[in-house]
Amino acid sequence: MATVRLKDIRKRFGATEVIKGIDLEIEDGEFVVFVGPSGCGKSTLLRMIAGLETISDGTLEIGGRVVNEVQPKERGIAMVFQSYAIFPHMTVRENIGFGLTVAKAPKAEREAAVQEAARILQMEHLLDRRPSQLSGGQRQRVAIGRAITRKPEVFLFDEPLSNLDAALRMDMRMEIGRLHKELKTTMIYVTHDQVEAMTLADKIVVLKDGEVQQVGAPMDLYHNPANLFVAKFLGAPSMNLIEVEVAEARAGSAVVKNPALDPIELPCKLDGLRPGERLTLGLRPQYLHPSLDPSEGKLHGKVKLTERLGSETVVDLELTDGSPLIAALSEDAVFERGREVSLTFRPEQTHLFRGSPN
Amino acid sequence: MSRSRLTQSNRAGWAMALPGFGLIAVFIILPFFFAFGLSFTNQRLISPNPTEWVGLDNYRQLMGMGVLTLEPERDDEGTLIRDEDGALAYPRLRNFTRGNPDYAHLDGMREWLSWSWGENQVVVLARDVVFMTAIVNTLTFVLIVAPVQAALALGLALLINQRLRGINIFRTIYFMPVVVSIVVVSLLWRFIYDGNDGLLNNILSAVTFGAFEPVDWLGNPDTALPAIMAMSIWQAVGFHMVIWLAGLQTISPTLYEAAEIEGTSRWQTFRYVTWPGLRNTAVLILIVITMQAFALFAQIDVMTGGGPLDSTQTIVFQAVERGYGKQDISGGSTISVLLFLLVLTISLIQRYLTRERN
Repeated sequence: MATVRLKDIRKRFGATEVIKGIDLEIEDGEFVVFVGPSGCGKSTLLRMIAGLETISDGTLEIGGRVVNEVQPKERGIAMVFQSYAIFPHMTVRENIGFGLTVAKAPKAEREAAVQEAARILQMEHLLDRRPSQLSGGQRQRVAIGRAITRKPEVFLFDEPLSNLDAALRMDMRMEIGRLHKELKTTMIYVTHDQVEAMTLADKIVVLKDGEVQQVGAPMDLYHNPANLFVAKFLGAPSMNLIEVEVAEARAGSAVVKNPALDPIELPCKLDGLRPGERLTLGLRPQYLHPSLDPSEGKLHGKVKLTERLGSETVVDLELTDGSPLIAALSEDAVFERGREVSLTFRPEQTHLFRGSPN
Repeated sequence: MSRSRLTQSNRAGWAMALPGFGLIAVFIILPFFFAFGLSFTNQRLISPNPTEWVGLDNYRQLMGMGVLTLEPERDDEGTLIRDEDGALAYPRLRNFTRGNPDYAHLDGMREWLSWSWGENQVVVLARDVVFMTAIVNTLTFVLIVAPVQAALALGLALLINQRLRGINIFRTIYFMPVVVSIVVVSLLWRFIYDGNDGLLNNILSAVTFGAFEPVDWLGNPDTALPAIMAMSIWQAVGFHMVIWLAGLQTISPTLYEAAEIEGTSRWQTFRYVTWPGLRNTAVLILIVITMQAFALFAQIDVMTGGGPLDSTQTIVFQAVERGYGKQDISGGSTISVLLFLLVLTISLIQRYLTRERN
């Protein structure tokens, strides 16, 4: 069990800086997810914590000890890779006990550790199989088992579910969540999948271009995104972003409008707004309620497409100013193509950002 | 997608395959069966006499062996006869192998090996001593060259499988001898091994400040075969290095990272990651080197012609020597068939020993 502290961590490859000074505190026993689009540096950051990449600048502490120059095996970490990285010529038992074999631990101790890991992962019956006889999910379980036997202070997961198909991914996601509850060890998890981030994390770190965009609990980030990037990145379908004009700035709120939006007063934390300034209005599809009565809502458009998923209906709309909008209803409903609709929403469920939507 | 009539026509397919297939048939498949057939006849390259079926005579001629135990000669009173040096006197071999009706099965044989057994002398006789020497030489060559060459090639492959500036220069240097014709290499090495003014003698005498007595490497029965082995290993090691290198590069880098996190030493990394990953490559290399070593011919033909004192006779050299040098096509064919059976047996054994075990 250990805290992990990153202070102004930087990574340079030649002249290019890919990690641009990251400060982060990870509490003991916390489940932290690094999330971001590909190329944002999340995997590099994890590999720096693991010791597989050198740290160009800054300090990394694990359990209060600076480990910048410490070998991976001395850092008290275990890592699970996207490609499983289990040894194909070894049985499951040998794979799980590999760390102890390498450390030349007594056979009995190794066997006990293997049994314990197998019990936690419910795979006692697979111990004598070889990786080629296992499914993708089982292979990843073996990799996790190998990590468990190391008794690490910090677990590192590098996109562990990306090679699995959708159904298995959900199983394994729950499995990892359960594992964290059982072991109560610090875990750092890298993914580009926001569902994994939202469901697993105690704390999400959103990264973009080697910089932290926002750190916080999943629901904090969902309800109070710090910027347009976070707003767009979390939530599915992703947040609608509409360009609006400030009609009137008030203390703690602003009246905004655009050709498709009747003037409306919305809460706003932005300072120094001037009338006429262009802002971006963020509306989550789930918080939009289409109505066939045009006088009822503030936002106007017509139906382009309806996707019925049974539990949910996704309505693709074109606003009167030509911009696209998506509304998601938590019930099965039919909106005919071409119908004029208006949309209602609650002001406290909107977000205003500086900058253009794109 | 419509397929043209040409790609669907069976006849066109065969017509296109015919030139290549025809050449293979005429120069490989047909001679293969010819060799079997001719080995049961007394066919000569040019002969006025008609060819006769001789059954297994050729095989008997080549492989015929006998063991004779000679008792020391005694005088009329039964005491052992000794010469001036006290050595025992034995009856002459000719008495048994030339026209002795009691020892008809040894008729025409010559001494191959002999050793003392108490007072007696045991003599192993062979109908074709040169061929026996050729078999022993070839097997010696295979047993030494195959493991040494494979191990050296692996060592080189591990060395050049690194990301270093200019590593391609080393790859090229090690591979260069493979590109040069074996005949040219053999000619050059004749100069290196020269007994009077050869490079090797000069170097050895230089590094020992003249203390080294020059050796006629190819003219001495004790050094001729080892000299050819050394040269053969050097010449083809680059080829196998490239095959090992290809094998090395198929091993996933993630496996090395996983091993690094588990804290493997260099040797453990090789043992648990590299070597198991090279398993299939190793089987391939072992079989290829073995077959190449059995086919040893060009070096012998250019450097020693089988001498001195038959110390570098090999199976293939004998086959060519007999078939074309002595115009004894049936004898050459018999040797080829025996070589085929030998290599086939060894390949099957190797395949059995290196089979996938589950």
